Amino acid sequence: MKAQFSRIVIRLLASVVGLAAWWLLYRNLAAIAAWLSYTISGLERGTHLGAAVEFFLYEAPKVLMLLLLVVFGVGVVRTFFTPERTRRLLAGRRESVGNVLAALLGTVTPFCSCSAVPLFIGFVTAGVPLGVTLSFLISAPMVNEVALVLLFGMFGWKVAGLYLGTGLAVAILSGWTLGRLRLERHVEPWVYENMAGSPGESGGDEGTAMSWSGRAQAGVTAVREIVGRVWPFVLLGIAVGAGIHGYVPENFMASIMGRDAWWSVPLAVLIGVPMYGNAAGIIPVVQALLGKGAALGTVLAFMMAVIGLSLPEAIILRQVLKPRLIATFFGVVAGGILLVGYLFNFLL
Amino acid sequence: MKRIQILGTGCAKCQKLAAVADEAAQALGVPYELQKITDLKHIMSFRVMSTPALVVDGVVKVSGRVPTVDEAKQLLG
Repeated sequence: MKAQFSRIVIRLLASVVGLAAWWLLYRNLAAIAAWLSYTISGLERGTHLGAAVEFFLYEAPKVLMLLLLVVFGVGVVRTFFTPERTRRLLAGRRESVGNVLAALLGTVTPFCSCSAVPLFIGFVTAGVPLGVTLSFLISAPMVNEVALVLLFGMFGWKVAGLYLGTGLAVAILSGWTLGRLRLERHVEPWVYENMAGSPGESGGDEGTAMSWSGRAQAGVTAVREIVGRVWPFVLLGIAVGAGIHGYVPENFMASIMGRDAWWSVPLAVLIGVPMYGNAAGIIPVVQALLGKGAALGTVLAFMMAVIGLSLPEAIILRQVLKPRLIATFFGVVAGGILLVGYLFNFLL
Repeated sequence: MKRIQILGTGCAKCQKLAAVADEAAQALGVPYELQKITDLKHIMSFRVMSTPALVVDGVVKVSGRVPTVDEAKQLLG
């Protein structure tokens, strides 16, 4: 008992020291980047190359450091929300309340698009309404921790907050609308076959009884899996962003993606939907475009379309949804994203 | 004879789970057979909501993540 206690104290102390070191380094990244670019490498201030190199040396460690911290935190939080628990919270809810809850739970429940189908069936057969299930499926990929961290790191808490709010709104309203359209008969009939009984409780319930060291371990695993997977995209995205930052003239994007070009929002959504990317690669590019005069609403609509809707997802969902329902689903969500794009451009 | 089943539609994590289960079972030295289940209807009959999942003698042990080899050994034993 005593040995265990002192081990906990040592771990807590190590975490505090680690966090302090993280904070100190994070605060000084700008100075370090400038020093590396201009003093060590001897680049001229104000040149294209200098600007691009400094941008990269500042943004790359900043984004990676933020990712490490937040992915760990989210990994720990997610141990409290298993899909089974989320289903229990959603089953039997009234639609409007259910849509809100589903969109919120979508942001914290562990989700991978390869599990979209079992999750869909698990929800629907347990009595979660179709529209509520779809709210979850919209919010889970679109409003995720990687997207929020990157937005916070590069644009500050206002833009991150707006993205969170509007992303949730799109998920809630699209799911609610789809629920109103009574599309249940466009779900493949086999989904409801052989599943009539009550949903069995099996596996995945480990999240309810887990030690804190188990949760910390889950955080470490999440870091290894998520950061290990996205870091090349982050670096690639930042490199492209650095190129745009250094070489594309100021206000170049204003005429193409500026707020006066009304057609740019639908175009951004149309281009974004078939693209399949992750937030990590898209956001650094987004930032560079914004810096050159693109409108925030247009750029965010593009980002939501890329990470929220994708062709691979449509193909996976085709196993349980008939084409008509998939088309309606994508249409309604794309419409929501379009509204968000115009709203941002109008307000800001 | 242990019956180990891996539920998953063929994503990268499913392959990894199969490899982990195989390694764990060999380390335990018990006779076993390993079967990959990729058919969706068959997967759903186990009532799991996230893949990959590890099933031992018909009981779902883990779903939605890949355990470590040590953990898998405990689950198999």
